[in-house]
Amino acid sequence: MARLLVSGAPHLHLKENTQSLMRDVLIALAPSLLVSIYFFGFSAIKLVLTGVISCVLVEYLIQKFIMKTKVTVNDLSATVTGCLLALNLPPSSPWWLVLIGAIVAIGIVKMTFGGLGQNIFNPALVGRVFLLISFPTLMTDWSIPESWFRTGIDAFTGATPLAITKEGLAAGLTLPEIFAANEFSFKEMIFVKIGGSVGEVSALALILGFVYLLIRRVIRPHIPLVIVGTIALMTWIFNMINPDIYTGPLFNIFTGGVLLGAIFMATDYVTSPMSVKGMVIYAFGIGVITVLIRYFGAYPEGVSFAILIMNMAVPLLNKYCKPKRYAKEVKHG
Amino acid sequence: MKRTFSIGGIHPNESKLSREAHIEIFPVLDVAYISMAQHLGAPAEPVVQKGDKVKVGQVIGKPAGFISAFVHSSVSGTVKSVEPKGDLAANPVMHVVINVEGDDWCEEIDRSKDIIKEIPFSSEEILEKIKSAGVVGLGGAAFPTHVKLNPPKDKKAEYLILNGTECEPYITSDDRIMRERPDEIVIGAAIMMKALKVDKCYIGIEENKPEAIASMTEAASPYPGIKVAVLKKKYPQGGEKQLIDALIGRKVPSLALPIEVGAVVQNVGTSLAVYEAVQKNKPLIDNVITVTGSCVPHQRNFLVRVGTPFSKMLDAIGGLPKDAAKFISGGPMMGKAVANMDASTLKATSAFLLLTETETKRKEESNCIRCGKCIDACPMGLEPYLLNKLSRIGGMHDELEKEKIQDCIECGCCLYSCPAHIPLLDIIRVSKAEVMNIMRNRSAKQ
Amino acid sequence: MITTIIYTIVCLVVLGLLFSVVLYLVAQKFKVEEDPRIDIVESLLPGANCGGCGLAGCRAFAEAVVNATSLGSLSCPVGGDVVMENVAAALGQEAVKTEPKVAVIKCHGTLDNRARINHFDGYASCKVMSTLYSGDTGCRYGCLGKGDCVEACKFDAIRIDERRGIVEVDEEKCVACGACVRACPKSIIELRPKGPKNRRVYVSCSSKDKGAIARKACSVSCIGCGKCVKVCPFDAITIENNLAYIDPSKCKLCRKCVDECPTKAIWAVNFPIMVPVTPKQEEPVTKTDNREEKI
Repeated sequence: MARLLVSGAPHLHLKENTQSLMRDVLIALAPSLLVSIYFFGFSAIKLVLTGVISCVLVEYLIQKFIMKTKVTVNDLSATVTGCLLALNLPPSSPWWLVLIGAIVAIGIVKMTFGGLGQNIFNPALVGRVFLLISFPTLMTDWSIPESWFRTGIDAFTGATPLAITKEGLAAGLTLPEIFAANEFSFKEMIFVKIGGSVGEVSALALILGFVYLLIRRVIRPHIPLVIVGTIALMTWIFNMINPDIYTGPLFNIFTGGVLLGAIFMATDYVTSPMSVKGMVIYAFGIGVITVLIRYFGAYPEGVSFAILIMNMAVPLLNKYCKPKRYAKEVKHG
Repeated sequence: MKRTFSIGGIHPNESKLSREAHIEIFPVLDVAYISMAQHLGAPAEPVVQKGDKVKVGQVIGKPAGFISAFVHSSVSGTVKSVEPKGDLAANPVMHVVINVEGDDWCEEIDRSKDIIKEIPFSSEEILEKIKSAGVVGLGGAAFPTHVKLNPPKDKKAEYLILNGTECEPYITSDDRIMRERPDEIVIGAAIMMKALKVDKCYIGIEENKPEAIASMTEAASPYPGIKVAVLKKKYPQGGEKQLIDALIGRKVPSLALPIEVGAVVQNVGTSLAVYEAVQKNKPLIDNVITVTGSCVPHQRNFLVRVGTPFSKMLDAIGGLPKDAAKFISGGPMMGKAVANMDASTLKATSAFLLLTETETKRKEESNCIRCGKCIDACPMGLEPYLLNKLSRIGGMHDELEKEKIQDCIECGCCLYSCPAHIPLLDIIRVSKAEVMNIMRNRSAKQ
Repeated sequence: MITTIIYTIVCLVVLGLLFSVVLYLVAQKFKVEEDPRIDIVESLLPGANCGGCGLAGCRAFAEAVVNATSLGSLSCPVGGDVVMENVAAALGQEAVKTEPKVAVIKCHGTLDNRARINHFDGYASCKVMSTLYSGDTGCRYGCLGKGDCVEACKFDAIRIDERRGIVEVDEEKCVACGACVRACPKSIIELRPKGPKNRRVYVSCSSKDKGAIARKACSVSCIGCGKCVKVCPFDAITIENNLAYIDPSKCKLCRKCVDECPTKAIWAVNFPIMVPVTPKQEEPVTKTDNREEKI
């Protein structure tokens, strides 16, 4: 008879583990991936594959040969980073751009801090921002490559609606003039938008992923809802004050990486706060900073920077925003 | 609307495989090994020696302190020895070993099945009867009941709360006694209310026990002060702090006892033992133990005499199942894994659970991904990931105290929920003991 | 254009000078007056900050030594006599000769000697295991083998021998700082004198169980039979709680007890001569460097 096991209680465990959580995130990303493959064709497949392979490879090499610790690539966290990195890039990015992004994201942001669970900044976002700052022209080339899936849509080198708007405002035009000139359609933005990174193309696909993550209890709704809510509220106020220069809520929510950032990047476990109070403050900060950058900053798109700035505040939020305790202090006497 | 506690909690599979197994009387023993350390507090002192003849219900151990209890013989026969024997963790504890001869009970014990409703005793007499019967809390902690029912003069009890939730998976002993002996449990509650001088009692039962809810509601109907409250199924609904929160909406302050908010909590099994002690003069010498697990061929709920060897219990189900990997005394969330198969049952043993390797073997630990599921699960609102991190650094006892590690009720929700399979409670348990030691020394100096 | 550069350089230089003056003045004003000898002594110490001297780090030791009237009880176990002589010389005091010590594990309950009767599945820490139950063998006093001592050692001088299931000390690296002694929840590690030519004799068992129980759990346990006490010509051995203990100050390394012990619980370390043994028993004696058992 084999020896009996002995341990402290409890003697049961949930079947879930890190790998199953990451797998759920990948499944939630699947609708967006599929839409972008439909839309951008082979480029999207190439981008995602390059992203995943380079992230996993960098993690494997660093863990095996530099850190000489246990290799943990099968927990799928590097795979998720790879997908998110790819989804944040323009569809026509060359493969080496992705590789550099992966080296920065996994090698510098994740591994130098100690690996999974130890990083302060969101790896995929730092990768993207690094590429944006180092290769500005490549990262803002929103040209849409050929795709054998879609037909009937003219390929054109489209800038994102945000970029167009920013340039137009800088040139002294008012919003109504810009919108009229470019035929922005809200229906397009929600369902299938032209002009944007691989992951931005369909808000609907992203929202489907959000719902899946909620059902599977992978994330809680607080962060995405508060981010979108804050952006909506702030832009609504500004838009009321001066509709000629301040874009409104719907425009802001469905353009840029707001939905992708709110649902997949800001909810990253490692870099977001642990308590509900902290999460709400974090999400509020992201919303405010995004709107400020969009209206008053040099960049047309601000979600990535906003999330990274709030990542810095997370240790402080964890320190001061504790969960609701059951027991109050004991009364003496 | 079903009530429940407000913070944390988890929903494991209830796995009540044995809920339909009627209580069976366990066969007669050959030898009984009765431990002197069957309760919280000082172990009892043996008052018999080798060669003495004893009857069922005879005192064999007397209390050795304020928080201590009598121990009675659960069999009749001759004392074989009074010596240290291993408990389930293989730590030596004084035992009285008795060779069983026949089944003679002490004369004063009323063995009839009649249900006696009248309670002609005063509250002092009730407490004395409970004390001499060696009744201890059967919810797991085995706190001497006569001490709990006699709060200090400056603390006033308002509510008696009966814990019929049986929130741990697998265990069904409380469910069965609520279904088969509800009147006696309710009379026991009435007795305890008289002892505490309270007129309000809640019996909390989880929603997954509809028959027990029905039988207990019917049994409690003649008593206006006793109400059955249906509670949502959530672990750890039966934790006394959580139960008080759910039933009367009060929160017990840190490091305080429930009496601080006017509540006294007792298990339904304890209530039954109180009835037997006060109305039938029967000391606590047997209790219902569930024998269960997916690898157990037939699920059973046995009425077992105290001091039954574990090996005998296993024989009754055909021996240790081949694929059993862990043998647990108690439930899967807070029970103790048995390391010594030569141990025997105690008054507060509630279940034997046999788990297979796939069900229970721990997985390898990986990095904390800061997902916060441990925080969501913790019913005391603590941050287990942080308590674990501080404990592993070492020497951070002040910080741990600030993070309220002393409030941990060791329910196991954190370890259960952690996707990285970090053995959170293993580490927190040890640090908590260290911090509480420091706190105790500090207040002793003042 | 050139004026901008000149202005920039001038500004930065002025700011730099201003800050350095401020920093200097503040450093002088808030300077803590310290005996300069503390720095000198500290530089002579190994700098391991291991706490083996009983003080909080090398700086604290330096302060204590400078402020003490005699070196008496203060000694650095890591640096040993060499360092203490240098320190004494720097302070103009007498160095006190101490015996070099080494950590000794008083348990030889390997997987071969001591059967494992259950498997511990919790967090691999001796402290967690010992607070939970009596261990995964029949002996509740012996080494649990999860390595709390290994974690505590800052000198890499102790390691878990997976093959044998207990821990082992590397006597070359051990500096007798005592960290492992404090870390062991079973208190089976003792700091004993290294002995002449690094030879020592000790009872490698910590079991306080009665003979029959101890022997059943482990084949090399001390059963408290007392034969060693009778045979020792120097009265160096005492038995308390069914366990023999050899007083290192009285032991003259004659090894009569080693031969006499029926369970071979007494170990003689670093003796080169082979002791004649009966065919049934294992040889406890080792060659100069290795402590390999002959199985």
